[in-house]
Amino acid sequence: MDLLRILTDSLRAAVGVSAAAYALAAAGLNVHFGYTGLLNFGHVAFMMMGAYGTAVTVDQGGPLWLGLLVGVAAAALLGLLLGIPTLRLRADYLAIVTIATAEILRLVARSHTAEPLTRGVFGIQQFADPFYALNPIPLGRYGFGSFNFSHRQLWVVLVGWAVVALVLLLLTALMRSPWGRVLRAIREDEDAARSLGKNVFAYKIQSLVLGGVIGSLAGVLLAVDTQAVNPDTFVSILTFYAYTVLILGGAGRILAPIVGALVFWFLLQLSDGLLRGAVEAGWLGSLIEASDVAAIRFALVGLGLVLLMALRPQGILGSRQELLTDER
Amino acid sequence: MPTAAAYLITAALLLGSAGSSDSGESIGGTLNHEGQPVAGVTITVSLSDRAVGSAESAADGTWEIPVRGPGVYQVEIDVASLPEGLALRDPDRSVLTAVEVQAGQHKAVVFPMGERQAEQSAAITRLLNLVAKGLTYGAIVALASVGLSLIFSVTGLINFAHGEVVTFGAVIAWLLNASPAGPRLHVLWAVLPALALTGFMGAGLERGLFRPLRRRRTGNVALIVVSIGLSLFLRHIYLLFLGGAPRAYEQYAVQAQQSWGPISLPPKDVMILVVALAALVGVGLMLQRTRLGTEMRAVADNKDLAEASGINVDRVILHTWVLGATLAGLGGILLGITQTVQWDMGFVLLLTMFAAVVLGGIGTAYGAALGGLIIGVATETSTFWLPVEFKVVVALGVLILVLLVRPQGLFGLKERVG
Repeated sequence: MDLLRILTDSLRAAVGVSAAAYALAAAGLNVHFGYTGLLNFGHVAFMMMGAYGTAVTVDQGGPLWLGLLVGVAAAALLGLLLGIPTLRLRADYLAIVTIATAEILRLVARSHTAEPLTRGVFGIQQFADPFYALNPIPLGRYGFGSFNFSHRQLWVVLVGWAVVALVLLLLTALMRSPWGRVLRAIREDEDAARSLGKNVFAYKIQSLVLGGVIGSLAGVLLAVDTQAVNPDTFVSILTFYAYTVLILGGAGRILAPIVGALVFWFLLQLSDGLLRGAVEAGWLGSLIEASDVAAIRFALVGLGLVLLMALRPQGILGSRQELLTDER
Repeated sequence: MPTAAAYLITAALLLGSAGSSDSGESIGGTLNHEGQPVAGVTITVSLSDRAVGSAESAADGTWEIPVRGPGVYQVEIDVASLPEGLALRDPDRSVLTAVEVQAGQHKAVVFPMGERQAEQSAAITRLLNLVAKGLTYGAIVALASVGLSLIFSVTGLINFAHGEVVTFGAVIAWLLNASPAGPRLHVLWAVLPALALTGFMGAGLERGLFRPLRRRRTGNVALIVVSIGLSLFLRHIYLLFLGGAPRAYEQYAVQAQQSWGPISLPPKDVMILVVALAALVGVGLMLQRTRLGTEMRAVADNKDLAEASGINVDRVILHTWVLGATLAGLGGILLGITQTVQWDMGFVLLLTMFAAVVLGGIGTAYGAALGGLIIGVATETSTFWLPVEFKVVVALGVLILVLLVRPQGLFGLKERVG
């Protein structure tokens, strides 16, 4: 087992495009869950809107920048459509409807009926060439030793983290504003906010749309990185990856998405690498095969989510006082 | 039919000259109906409206048509050449317009066969059959949903891991029944131990996880996140031990359909319907007539008041978990009998259960049962008008519609919602 390689792989994963995309997704969830207390279990639907909005627009002959706008607009629209029937109801209804909608959208995208637009189960490929044509980084590999990126990867990674930084700056400003304070007031005590004359419903809708739009950027980033969208990428597990990232970082904290994504992807890749190494070295005998590693990875994320929520719901950065996890 | 004759000639020419080569691309398949090969059926391949080749299925039902290079071909089965009484299961799919052949690929194409039905009453018969199938499926959904609803009503927790409890029952029964390492019990004998273990699992979740968290005054939102993490964890543990492929029980896996008037169902489906309805009636009687049932309703109504009047709330919650899990496990086993056992069967069912529970009114046991039946029938009959792939979409569509129009559901009280 090559420990050094596993470690550099894990480091690469911690700063890679996936980590940036999940930081973005978690930033969106932070607006929903961390600041407003909305239980959005269908975040993957917003990511899907971004990815498919971009891919379908380009596939139909539009330019890439228009695709990005379409994806973001579709996510905003989805936020409105989801919010109107559910945000007047108790938190669990939003959870149910969002997880259901995410599944509906995935099933529709992979259906025969939608094939003219989405190309069904085959998905759409090679739509982001203009983005790579803009790459100013000269050809080559950059990094130290085995910790390196190709010029193509580096371009996506840099753009991805730049978007994360911009979004987090915007969120910092927003959450310090009176608007952000109302969101937190709603999280703490909805009735109190209402009794102060705030239109709680409107604020919740705005929060859902804003977080959804940020989530859609995560979807665009994932799609541009792989140059492919496929309905079966956008399963509900992505939502719970984002939750784990957020809660690991500390829900309700501005920097939680970055810290969470770095630690999450490092640990995920590390456990993956160690497991695979152990399987290859034959230490586990016939108990676990290489094909089982993916299942173990998902199981570990689930277990991690349970343990985090039970033992340290404030995550790495959070404070227990400012949390919606205790009964009031 | 002149075109068919032309195709036949082309086919004869092709068969005489080229035949199927191993190196080039081809499209082929095997036609069969209930395991019997179907011979003498003409199939044509064309590329942008120009015929590429044609073939007739051989005595063993196989056919193969060589094509020139990769591309997207159109494959058509000549419905008129099918033997008497046979038809395509989906009459609209006699022409497949987008068959993609990769370089060097021998592309397999499937035309599922079914009985041809009398044209006149076919529509009504099909609808009736779908309703019957829907009732069976709905009864299973109802069983599982009642458990979900009961647990919600006494604890206030929407358990997103309830689907995994459903799967647990089905998987344990499979281990006892068909696993190479298991004792290979008859599936009916496997039911009782599987249900006992599933009930035990419910008790374990309450005692080991949710009660300690409640004691620490963990809020509802956090508990929901815990339950979804638990669902993710358990589901992939099943995947690890069961593998991704669907598993069938040793008994009742394949059954001939039996006719009751216009309705034909496999007998197992009828038995499932009877068992599920009996279990539902049993739960209803228990809730109304027994002391435990009264206590459950009291705790659901007002926990503090129930506690003050001498009810041991923790014990009632524990018993509700056991009952809810057992019902879910039974639903899982029945689902495994009528379909197959799969690692994510419960998670797929979860969304349908939500639709049932919301339709009936969250926290009302009878509502969940009725909601399950309605959702079952609605999803199955929807395939009469909509493609099968939209089945789940229909259930979720109902869910969203109910929330828009009557969020408290059919039986819910308005105050529960806000």
